[in-house]
Amino acid sequence: MSKLYEFQSKKLLKEGGIRVPAGDVASSPAEVREIAQRIGKPVVLKIQVWLTGRAGLGGIQFAETSEEAEDAASKMFGMKVKNFVIDKILVEEKLKIKSEYFAGLVIDDSKKSPLLIFSSAGGTGIEEIARSHPENVSQISIDVLTGLREYEARNLIRKTGISGKLLLQLSDVLTKFYKVARHYDARSAEMNPLVLTEDNLVYAADCHLTIDDYAVFRHPELGIEVAREFDRPPTLLEKIAYQVEEKDYRGTFYFFQMAEEVSKDEKLIGFHGAGGGGSMMSMDAVLARGFKLANFCDTSGNPSASKVYRASKIILSQPDIRGYFASGSGVASQEQYHSARGMVKAFHEEKLSIPGVIRLGGNFEEKAIEILGNYLKDIPAKVEGYGRRDSPEFCAQRLEELIKENQSACYEVKSVVDPALPPNCYFFETLTGKLAIDHEKCPDCGTKGCIEACKAEVLKLEDGKPVLSVSPEEAKKGKCTECLACEIFCTFHEQDAIFIHLPIPGLKEYREKIIKKNKA
Amino acid sequence: MMAILVNEKSRVVVQGITGREGMVRTRLMKDYGTCVVAGVTPGKGGGEIHGVPVFDSVEEARESAGQIDISVIFVPAFLVKNAALEAIDAGVKLLVLVPDRVPIFDVLEIIRLARDRGARFVGPNTLGLVSPGKAVLGMIGGRAERAKEWFRPGDIGVSSRSGGMTSAISYYLTEEGLGQSTIVHVGGDAILGLSHPEIMELFEKDGETRMVVMFGEIGTTQEERVADLIETGKFTKPLIAFIGGKAAKSGTRFSHAGAIVEGSRGSYESKVKRLKEVGVHVADSVSDIPKIAKKLKNEKGG
Repeated sequence: MSKLYEFQSKKLLKEGGIRVPAGDVASSPAEVREIAQRIGKPVVLKIQVWLTGRAGLGGIQFAETSEEAEDAASKMFGMKVKNFVIDKILVEEKLKIKSEYFAGLVIDDSKKSPLLIFSSAGGTGIEEIARSHPENVSQISIDVLTGLREYEARNLIRKTGISGKLLLQLSDVLTKFYKVARHYDARSAEMNPLVLTEDNLVYAADCHLTIDDYAVFRHPELGIEVAREFDRPPTLLEKIAYQVEEKDYRGTFYFFQMAEEVSKDEKLIGFHGAGGGGSMMSMDAVLARGFKLANFCDTSGNPSASKVYRASKIILSQPDIRGYFASGSGVASQEQYHSARGMVKAFHEEKLSIPGVIRLGGNFEEKAIEILGNYLKDIPAKVEGYGRRDSPEFCAQRLEELIKENQSACYEVKSVVDPALPPNCYFFETLTGKLAIDHEKCPDCGTKGCIEACKAEVLKLEDGKPVLSVSPEEAKKGKCTECLACEIFCTFHEQDAIFIHLPIPGLKEYREKIIKKNKA
Repeated sequence: MMAILVNEKSRVVVQGITGREGMVRTRLMKDYGTCVVAGVTPGKGGGEIHGVPVFDSVEEARESAGQIDISVIFVPAFLVKNAALEAIDAGVKLLVLVPDRVPIFDVLEIIRLARDRGARFVGPNTLGLVSPGKAVLGMIGGRAERAKEWFRPGDIGVSSRSGGMTSAISYYLTEEGLGQSTIVHVGGDAILGLSHPEIMELFEKDGETRMVVMFGEIGTTQEERVADLIETGKFTKPLIAFIGGKAAKSGTRFSHAGAIVEGSRGSYESKVKRLKEVGVHVADSVSDIPKIAKKLKNEKGG
């Protein structure tokens, strides 16, 4: 779920006709001062983070003058609060509050409809209030086809003991609130507190919207960078990974880092799961052995070999991991050799120096395990392949043994080296990369096995050399499935004449940064 | 022999039959024995895919190909709502929404129309379902010969929130000589057409199913609601459950409102506690599931 900051959420409420305090967001103390001057009244400064209970964290300060505001802000910027470094502060007029309410919208999985909750007592500790004073709280399931009707909102609020003009004001706010949430495909939305000021006006004093990741494409205006559930801003490596996912529709690729500041922990490993449930089960198995995960990763839904390759390269951009663990459900419906080939290419390029345990159970697992066994003999580390009859628990134990054998050596991140392709080689573009063939080597090839390896049948022989059998446009559109079979065959059985370049934008710079940091 | 939701007689339409997945899966479903009678891709009516006639709309498919019981949908996520509403409007009573990443409000709208029309659906984000030896819907099992080897007819129902684990659990049961009545991947999303509790109610009514295995996960209230069903006597068959995500960070909270509605429901501890309270056999590891099933079966005298 993609969280919006308070200032973004309030902007949407305001556009939807709900009153919010006058103010603006600032990125520096000087800006804070300007905004406070413009407001010309006592202000409140609020750090912009995806956390509740900011007041208790020192994230909410009051100021009488713009000088005071600037002063306070200079202490707030740069503050570290949980996973956030404060770089934005919302400056708003300080409201004279008479009473506080709560309104929240969730999607209720049991009733399978949006559910709106209203409480006539709001503010901090709302969950506790709801438990101890149920008479203050009421809820309503909303029909998605009709939306929230004014009389429904009125009945909802009435049940909490509110009447008169306030009842009408609040029902108006709630119907508008649902409209905003619905329009922006909010997975959840909350105004806490919703307040009544001394001059009898209702304001959304705080608001948080969370947008449905699957509907983010409908709202480019929100500028959501990474449509994923995070409780902190995404890391650089996560952004790189998300770009990979965005540019390749084949299968799904999730990546997030569990340990931001990677320590020299003995039990730190890179994790590569396949499928939600299988990943979770595999994660449980390694965690039960005391391992710590540098990251969580899931490539599933029939991903291309190239996507799995990129996932591996991203996992192997994390320093100090001691092992590589890949495991899914164990009985996957998809052909498992695609993942095997993706990993073989990545491990080779990285000259993998830490052990790997790869559990690729499912359709054609025998072939997948054979690929791992045949083509990873000459890298420094030991990589073992397992199938559906080998439990995640057993595989986790194998990894532990292999790491011990490897004397718990730490992984060192290597520079990304751009491939040196021969100047006149034959090449064509693929969906996400480029396939190059050094035709000068082809006369020494006895098997022409690349042609047979190409199950998508995009290669044919011409004068004893492999060339495209379809148009370059078709190859680029996805006819070449980037299965990596031709490259792997040519590299290990023949002339090493085929290379598929699958760039990962930003990874080169990222790794240089990591390497530099580790040297320091 | 019975099963739930699908059998060899169910007449199936594939929406999005000319797409990358639609084409491949149509062949695999047919190879398995599923009665695929028509395909739909707007604008491509008149052709044929693996011997299945293609139509421009579900309505046209019904007019030409006759009765349609089930639609399996393989269209891009943003088109799923339209395809599903079309099928429901044409009178189809069971839908399988395979695609991942369907916007949640689209799902809610489909649910709403389905309720009005007495239709049901599995998914979204589902690998599908299979009644072993009868028919498969969606992409579960991959190639037909593999699906036939992994899943065998029998009397254990399987309901799972994870696609891969649906196959894995069923395969491990088969290895132990325990067949399955119907295997359902309910889908990986928070809001589903048929979630665990609804599947349990169907298994309860199915004469062939004598025991059920459920793969649950942290998040949502599905497993707690299954416990509620057992408590109120609406589900009475032996149930073996596994809950994934023990070591994951305890249930992500959407909001205060979420906490008010769900209380502590959704967490690993809550699910295991509730299920154990009502007598469900909760397995600590997936590999224990076939052992428990075997033991229960022997106790009941096979």
